[in-house]
Amino acid sequence: MTTALLDPPAAGAPQEPRKISRKPVGGDAVFVNTFRAIGASVLVVTGGIGVFLAYQGWPTLHHYGLSFFTTQAWNPDTDTLGIAAVLVGTFEVALVAMAISFPLAVTTALYITEYAPSRLRSTLVAAVDLMAAVPSIVYGLWGFFLIEPHASHFAVFLQRTFGWFPPFHVDADPNAAVPDISRYTASAFIAGVVVSMMVIPMACAVMRQVFSLTPESEKEGALALGSTKWGMIRAVVLPFGKGGIIGGTMLALGRALGETVAVLLIVSPEFIIKGRFLEIGSDTVSALIASQFGEATGIQLSALLTAGFVLFVITLLVNTLAAIVVSRSRSGAETA
Amino acid sequence: MSTLVQPAMGLEIPLPTFAADDDLHAMPRSDLGKLPADERFLTWGARFAALGLAWVAVERLLPVHGLAWFIFVAALANLAILAVGTAVRGSNVEIADRVAQWVVSTGTVIVLVALASVILFVFKRGWTAVHHANFLFDDMTGVGAQDPLHKGGIVHAILGSLIELGIASAIALPLGVGTAVFMNEIGGKFSRVVRTVVEAMTALPDILAGLFIYTVWIIALGFPRSGLAAGLAITVMMLPIIARASDVVLRVVPGTLREASFALGASRWATVWRVVLPTARAGLATALILAIARGVGETAPVLITSGNASFIHLDPTSGVMNSLPLFIFTSARGGIAIQVQRAFGAAAVLLLLVLVLFITARLLARPATGKTSLFRRIRRLVQRRRPLSREESE
Repeated sequence: MTTALLDPPAAGAPQEPRKISRKPVGGDAVFVNTFRAIGASVLVVTGGIGVFLAYQGWPTLHHYGLSFFTTQAWNPDTDTLGIAAVLVGTFEVALVAMAISFPLAVTTALYITEYAPSRLRSTLVAAVDLMAAVPSIVYGLWGFFLIEPHASHFAVFLQRTFGWFPPFHVDADPNAAVPDISRYTASAFIAGVVVSMMVIPMACAVMRQVFSLTPESEKEGALALGSTKWGMIRAVVLPFGKGGIIGGTMLALGRALGETVAVLLIVSPEFIIKGRFLEIGSDTVSALIASQFGEATGIQLSALLTAGFVLFVITLLVNTLAAIVVSRSRSGAETA
Repeated sequence: MSTLVQPAMGLEIPLPTFAADDDLHAMPRSDLGKLPADERFLTWGARFAALGLAWVAVERLLPVHGLAWFIFVAALANLAILAVGTAVRGSNVEIADRVAQWVVSTGTVIVLVALASVILFVFKRGWTAVHHANFLFDDMTGVGAQDPLHKGGIVHAILGSLIELGIASAIALPLGVGTAVFMNEIGGKFSRVVRTVVEAMTALPDILAGLFIYTVWIIALGFPRSGLAAGLAITVMMLPIIARASDVVLRVVPGTLREASFALGASRWATVWRVVLPTARAGLATALILAIARGVGETAPVLITSGNASFIHLDPTSGVMNSLPLFIFTSARGGIAIQVQRAFGAAAVLLLLVLVLFITARLLARPATGKTSLFRRIRRLVQRRRPLSREESE
């Protein structure tokens, strides 16, 4: 009988579907649990930093109260510590960096995706990636020894031209026969110029990727309707890459807020909110930590950690927002 | 109407034939995709005219002088002449196109010039120190800050950097790649938590990684400042970067490959080890090398964890240790001319190290060409020899 196998099973055997389980067994279980343990350990280490910083902030807030956020001075000797000035300084440096890096990153990304001849393209991409790989201390040296002398003269020129606008004001006479250049050095402006070099590649990489996802058919459609290249970019590429532009800029902002060494090398520390970014003296949270940790003990160390935590929360917010914006713009690319 | 009437009057109109069609195909426009001659004349004409105009303006008319102003005025003049030249023949749309192209290209040129100036400036200033042989093979033991460059060197900083980087890589590479494997190959609710936290921690400012190790390892646990502490600080810094970069690489491995492997009866580990990781090898190597290049240049974490030594110290567990970024920072900050030159020398070495790592990463990431790579040729040689040796041993 060839159909023997198809006969119903013996009446005594219970008829149940085979159990299907995703639970790994044997070697698979070892594999899964090992890697779960690795993942958990990384979670503990990295997440531990955030929790640790937050935990350290408690004694500081208990000791100084909310005045920690409103005090400008950082005087460990008289026990008056606050991060108002350094927070403002951090944003000043970051804003200068963004003002310089944003147009350059957008144009570079546009050039790479739209204008560059195809044989140049990979070289340009490599150059931008290399820019991201150059250590920040090298940018710091470059800024301190090559850029600062030129940038301080440029700052004099800026004050002479835009001095009526308060942020461009400096407590020195720009029209003197020999302007007091030392008032124009070591400023948030010069630190921002150097930081902009570090954030351009980040912003540019994100924008380039989003621009290159623009549907080819829509670009060709615009050109076929007789638009010029710029018309095509304005009508298709830029609206399509809007999310990438915003997201990339915010990622760059996150990096600019946390930059340490270049700022530490260039800026001369000063704990006053003054908003005159061309003038000597400013400070950022990360540079403050790097310069103060040595003498700090007990409550001051904890205050530094709290300052660090505040910085971390800010960068985290900025980066998370950026990630959401970028991922939204990417998911749009898939449906298009 | 007359044109319509004409054929009726029997005039011969040369209708296109197949032969004529072939002729058209035989002679395509030779410069398709290029600008026409008059446009090219405008482009180059504007450039030359701008140079001349800038010379007149900067050297004769304006109160400002110098190369920077010359370039600035030339660029603006170029833009103005381009716009006016286009306006002569074209519409506003064409002017906008020209100006936009000028702006985009100029932005790119500024970025490239800035990058080139960083690299050239550091190598040029660094050469003064590096071309002394002792600079690469001596340490700073007993060398004063004011001593000339033919005394002392940075070998202690180079070795320190390599040791700290070795520690960081030994911990961060397996853990980072392991986490990426966990997030991609195992998944589940817990892996989403891990992914969220890891992505959040890539935002961690580098100084905080150092401060974390400083507070926990040195202050709370009482270990001394050492190369190990610096290595740990770099590890904390690199771990999220590596995990995230490898995650991105593993995510693009096609799911069909995994399914094929499972269908052949492979276990999950065998699938990861023999299918997923080899497929992603080039991308992984690139991600890892770039993370290492990032780690070697990290200054802020080592600044507060390793202490500063002027001699060769190879034991990472105890005693202070120098490293390249730290050496650069302390020397440059002192403000003594000779030390600044040493800082530039060390920066040139560091930059060279990063360049080498970067180029290696680019070569690994390059898509496979028809040519057999050197690596593959060597492996084939080895494989060819191996069966022979086995026969001999039997």
